[in-house]
Amino acid sequence: MAEATRNDAEYGEGPWFRPSTIKPGLAGWLTTTNHKRIGMLYLTAIGSFFTLAVILGVLMRVELFAPGQQIMTARQFNAMFTLHGILQIFLVVIPAIPTIFGNFSLPTLIGANDMAFPRLNLFSWYLFMTGAALAMTAVFTNGGAPDTGWTFYVPFSLKTSVNVPMATFAVFILGMSSILTGVNIVSTVHMLRAPGMSFGKMPLSVWGLYSTAWVQILATPIIGITMLLIVVERLFGIGVFDPTKGGDPLLYQHLFWIYSHPAVYIMILPAMGIMSDLFPVFSRKNIFGYKMIAFSSLAIASVGSLVWGHHMYVNGQSDTAGIVFSLLTFLVAVPSAIKVINWLATMYKGSIHIEPAFLYALSFVFLFTIGGLTGLFIGALAVDVQVHDTYFIVGHFHYIIFGGTGMGVFASLYYWFPKMTGKMVKKGQAVVAWLLTFVGFNVFYFPYLIMGWQGMPRRYFDYPAAFTGLQEIASVGAFIMVAGVALIFWNLIQGARRGEKAPANPWQGATLDWTLPSPAPLENWETPPIVIKGPYDFDHSEEGK
Amino acid sequence: MSDRPAVAKGEAATHTPPYNPAGGRLGMWLFICTEVLLFGGLFLLYSVYRYRYAADFHAASALLDRVFGTTNTIVLITSSLTVVLSIFEFERGRPSRTRLYILFTLLCGFAFLGIKGFEWAAKFEHGLYPGAAHLLSRPFGEVLYFGLYFTMTGLHAVHVIVGMALLFTAWLRIGSGKLRRMRPAFLENAGLFWHLVDVIWIFLFPLFYLIS
Repeated sequence: MAEATRNDAEYGEGPWFRPSTIKPGLAGWLTTTNHKRIGMLYLTAIGSFFTLAVILGVLMRVELFAPGQQIMTARQFNAMFTLHGILQIFLVVIPAIPTIFGNFSLPTLIGANDMAFPRLNLFSWYLFMTGAALAMTAVFTNGGAPDTGWTFYVPFSLKTSVNVPMATFAVFILGMSSILTGVNIVSTVHMLRAPGMSFGKMPLSVWGLYSTAWVQILATPIIGITMLLIVVERLFGIGVFDPTKGGDPLLYQHLFWIYSHPAVYIMILPAMGIMSDLFPVFSRKNIFGYKMIAFSSLAIASVGSLVWGHHMYVNGQSDTAGIVFSLLTFLVAVPSAIKVINWLATMYKGSIHIEPAFLYALSFVFLFTIGGLTGLFIGALAVDVQVHDTYFIVGHFHYIIFGGTGMGVFASLYYWFPKMTGKMVKKGQAVVAWLLTFVGFNVFYFPYLIMGWQGMPRRYFDYPAAFTGLQEIASVGAFIMVAGVALIFWNLIQGARRGEKAPANPWQGATLDWTLPSPAPLENWETPPIVIKGPYDFDHSEEGK
Repeated sequence: MSDRPAVAKGEAATHTPPYNPAGGRLGMWLFICTEVLLFGGLFLLYSVYRYRYAADFHAASALLDRVFGTTNTIVLITSSLTVVLSIFEFERGRPSRTRLYILFTLLCGFAFLGIKGFEWAAKFEHGLYPGAAHLLSRPFGEVLYFGLYFTMTGLHAVHVIVGMALLFTAWLRIGSGKLRRMRPAFLENAGLFWHLVDVIWIFLFPLFYLIS
């Protein structure tokens, strides 16, 4: 056996996760440059941060179960929502799909053996972990956890006594990691596609990751410099954001949102791409409007970079600017709707197979549509004055980010689970987990839309008694949802440990990744595959078996 | 930047894709885009505040020493030339001349940082640095001008140091024979980065020194 394993290490056979014979154990994992292993490093780290952030969220929902103080002080509550935001945005949602599936799946989708820059890839993971470590350290040192909200708005972030500089520096480091991942993905797509895979034959998930990578490259440097300026401002007082020295706090908001609005598309675009792969696979039907979906990803990436001012309608920018930003915001709805309508058209008269991954994909469409439509409400100048900084925004955002990206991540995990582990999950348990998550989510966040409409401001520690009923419903929904998420974790972990053996292509997908055995080998292809058919040309001869 | 898309040793390197220098070059150009945007944020702040406090900016600019600024510009442009010459020599298989030109570039880098340090020290002496009571007693525009001056030239100096570290690594690797003529990507990319450092200075110089 030992002999065979050594041969495997030399010749690259066997599953991708088998221990390295040269560096067994943790050392082998921490020095790996293999794209699947790095994807798994990210999955482990991001899974932990997600768990931590969810726990913080639950604590906040416990606090908000009744008016007045329950389990924490107002100051602790401020730190809680700030940490929840920093963790979820910068350590979970932004990196999740580009780093986990951009690493694990992207090369297998385009017929490559690895990313373009494997060592840079590992370096990005170390930067990511350094940023995460700094963010965690900031919580316990030099004044304690930041209480500014994840947006670090000046002048408060310049004046508050807590450890803002370290947290913003952590975001800067995380940004560098994100940039390098983006560079790697763009280079990989340009340089390493298998022979025959033209841009028009790429799976739409690759289009999604590719568009996202461009946003990562072009938008992230702006938050990098903005966060760095907060550090410099705090340490040396250069004055650029400080009104007492002639600086302009509004400029901070511009710079912040020039990145942070496109960042929302970094979060949602790759999930949309993967959805565009899942709908054809589980409907056994070619995608409706391939070119329009691919093009709409680019359209969202480009127009989405010009809408940051819609975060600033009530902050004193000129009416003209407001009108232009509002118009551009409405324009983004067009490519988004193209995707939704094309997914539905793909299902029409398809042979629909309900699998856990597809349940999440369907939830994605339902929840993303609610999130998108509420986005149009707040994209309108007059309506936004009413709901700005209320629970309505929080509800809208979570419908897009948890309902969209979160469901997208779960869909992707269930979709590629057989390829990752070589096992199948327990389907019944997976469906129960999905139902709890989906129902819990709606019970949780739909009241947010109502409360926001009624004027409940976001980030408040306390509320008038009139909101008690809806707040309690939201808390109960949160508890149901968290039970669902816990069951998803349990289902996946148990599936990986003792699930049934998975066939090479359990969903009858037509993309290249499903031509590999399950679990995938360490080295994808001995000789590069030659691509002659499209990503959604399904082989119907397997039907009915 | 990695100059070779390959799997690490000991991890089932059954086959390595043929060496393609275009990959490393593409990656480097993308990275340079991000650097330009990083400085772009600062140039944006500069334009807004210069528009708002035009007179103060002109007055503050007069406090900088043009002789130092011009000297530094000449030093950096010369160093860009020597980087080009080093790559030229490298591609013709003349490693010792290559190393000589890299060494000259490094000397230019040190000269630039030295002059810069001298300038900064002079400003500190005159109380023209962020947070100094003397500077804070001056008009808003001058406070912001010097805030931006130190931030932008400081960030630029960090890039000069990184560029020098890259070139020094290339110098070492050529000396030990690890970097060879057939795979010049590392040196080329280090050179590209050095040009970026140069180009940023070409914008910083007139914007800070020549507007009074």
